[in-house]
Amino acid sequence: MLYFSKLRIIFISLICLFFILIASNNFLDSTKRFIDKKINLGLDLQGGSYLLLEIDNSPVIEQKLQNTSTLIRTYFKEKGIRIGNLNLTNDKIIFFVEEKFKQEVIDDFKDENSNINPYYPRFKSHQFDINDNGSSLELSFSNQGLVELKTSSQDQALEIVRRRIDEIGTNEPNILKRGNDRVLVELPGLDDPMRIKSLLGKTANLTFQFVSNDNQDSFGVEKLQHENGLDEDFVSKRIILSGDNLLDAQPRMNNQTNETVVTFTLDRVGAKRFGKASSSNIGRQLAIILDGKIISAPVIRDTIASGNGQISGGFTFQSATDLALLLRSGALPAPLNIIEERTVGPDLGQDSIDAGIIALVIGFILVIIFMFIKYKIFGLISNITLITNLIILLGILTLFEATLTLPGIAGIILTVGMAVDANVLIFERIKEELKNEKNNIIAFDSGYTRSRTAILDANITTLLAATILFFMGSGPIKGFSVTLGIGIFSTLFSVYFIARLFTAIYVSKNKDKEILI
Amino acid sequence: MIRFNRFYNQFNLMSFILIIISLTLLIFKGLNFGIDFKGGILIELRSSEDKIKVSSLRDNLSQMNLGDISVKKFGNDQDYLIKFENKDNKKKIVEEIKSNLDKSFGNNFDFRRVENVGPKVSAELLKAGIIAISASLAIMLIYIWIRFEWQFSLGAIIALFHDVIITLGLFSLLGLEINLSIIAAILTIVGYSMNDTVVIFDRVRENLRKYSDIKIFELTNISINETLSRTLITSITTLLALFSIFLFGGEILKGFSLAMIFGVILGTYSSIYIANTILVRLNVSQKTILKEEEKI
Repeated sequence: MLYFSKLRIIFISLICLFFILIASNNFLDSTKRFIDKKINLGLDLQGGSYLLLEIDNSPVIEQKLQNTSTLIRTYFKEKGIRIGNLNLTNDKIIFFVEEKFKQEVIDDFKDENSNINPYYPRFKSHQFDINDNGSSLELSFSNQGLVELKTSSQDQALEIVRRRIDEIGTNEPNILKRGNDRVLVELPGLDDPMRIKSLLGKTANLTFQFVSNDNQDSFGVEKLQHENGLDEDFVSKRIILSGDNLLDAQPRMNNQTNETVVTFTLDRVGAKRFGKASSSNIGRQLAIILDGKIISAPVIRDTIASGNGQISGGFTFQSATDLALLLRSGALPAPLNIIEERTVGPDLGQDSIDAGIIALVIGFILVIIFMFIKYKIFGLISNITLITNLIILLGILTLFEATLTLPGIAGIILTVGMAVDANVLIFERIKEELKNEKNNIIAFDSGYTRSRTAILDANITTLLAATILFFMGSGPIKGFSVTLGIGIFSTLFSVYFIARLFTAIYVSKNKDKEILI
Repeated sequence: MIRFNRFYNQFNLMSFILIIISLTLLIFKGLNFGIDFKGGILIELRSSEDKIKVSSLRDNLSQMNLGDISVKKFGNDQDYLIKFENKDNKKKIVEEIKSNLDKSFGNNFDFRRVENVGPKVSAELLKAGIIAISASLAIMLIYIWIRFEWQFSLGAIIALFHDVIITLGLFSLLGLEINLSIIAAILTIVGYSMNDTVVIFDRVRENLRKYSDIKIFELTNISINETLSRTLITSITTLLALFSIFLFGGEILKGFSLAMIFGVILGTYSSIYIANTILVRLNVSQKTILKEEEKI
């Protein structure tokens, strides 16, 4: 155990040099770096927001069922089958057909080439399940159909969230899918988390609908609140234009009224429709509706053919900027709810880094002093090991571009405390061996060999705990498991290669000394 | 040689009582779950002047009908920690609190940290935490079962449960908050306690092979003494690191390092006084390990 060939010594030195170079990356500016890698700081250390958003798919489901029921009616009408009493309840479409047509309708829904019920060959499932409950037929989403719908609305939501965040221009945002109805957003170094939250919380569904003349709740008319929450108006359900037809939107100052407005440009289809609708409705009020609330309802004075328009509604410059941003980046397919938020201000992050470093330095010094007092020269060897251990640990973290969190720093400090364990096990074993064995070299050798199982055991148990934490933990806790786990490997390497090398050199030079350890 | 085995019975009785007390506390008093597991909102504030009293801050906030709200100082005189459940799930509540505080105290407060955990997420986190702890216990059980004879496994696992239950009991007694980092601490304690036990057990097994005529009662004592300096040194260096985190690592890591400190002390104690006494009570002898080895 104590013999090292020249080649091996060179190899060990090279590895150490390699890790010193990599670890030094974190303290140099980018031009001087060895390779372009760096340890990332977690949101808890550099400040920023972690937002977990859940997509509320119920409106999407309802919309889809709505469309499907229209489809069913026309589809079977063409076939000469009358669909009766068609209605939507509890995410189901319920309808009647005459008994003689029932089997045909069911078969149509169960056909793999069905025109009305898409089949996913990959999952061997239709979009909808059909059930005959005696008097009526029930159509509901199949599991796969629901998954399909959720994934597609998640894809769209992810895209829109990304666009909105890109528009605000935060640096290096991290936007990821979680499950099939969640989106995770990590925004480092954010100045105003509340603004982002309010921007992500809005669906931004913009529609233009005419204000209805007959002021009563009738078919095709809905009662909507104004943005101010005070007034109400009846508007026609017919949508003249929606946000989809928008090419651009910008906040502007209206020179005549000195008011902040949002100007918009429509695409060709939108411009055409807008022109037509405005020319035949001069004198009527056109309501501009955002997420079910009327922003304003200007009176149409002239045909608007240019495809340009403006929205006024008592905006401040900030709110006009935000609205323009929302309109440019498009509407979310469904409302998003923030179900988890963790925001840390940049100065708290810096405080945490400072505290972490102080704790690390003090812990390190205490351990070093203790080991030196306890083992003298071997304490020194163990301390050198501890330093290289830290460097290697930093090097590996850099190499993987791991994210360092506050619990991660705690993991490093803990590694410092526990790393000496392996050396202690070896030294104590050597002491015992020396009681029966007078030859120093043999005693050291068997000390290393006989302590090996205990060291392996000790490290495997910690590694197991760290692994479980890694898979179960989230965010900062994951950072803890990473440093703790990597710390085990760096410890084993430094103990078995570096400390052993130093021990070997020292012992072979002092092999005849009486009391070595 | 220290005669650890003279007190086996007394310490076993003490541990037994401690476990009963802990379990009673856990059942009747329960744990103080933080927002990670209960859901709610946590706000860490820093005021630019240190004259603001916690009570006036509390009075101000309780007028907002936030339900059960806790306000306390956090670390130093300028930092405050506010926690409440947000039962109505108000969306803009943090903004409302900010504007309310700005109005009442002048623009004094800096919102240094905001955590908002919805009820669904907290339930998931709790489940994940329980799964993590159970999984780690199960994996340790499997590991030790592969590594040793069943008597040893039983000893190690009982020591492990002993440490986890009493640590949780202490948290319940002191009303300390259980959050995600405490789960991490408990898992590390599990690893540490196991590690400590395994090192002693390794020695017990080695000595069982060596001496056929020494009874297990004496043999465990010899083994404990032989590994004692290692046990102590490792505990001391680990505790040095942990105290350093506790004292200098900032408020956020306080609970975490405290749980670890308890755990390390308990883990060291239990590997001496719990794990070994199980071997004694199960009357392990040289035959036990020879029988196992024959099988292989």
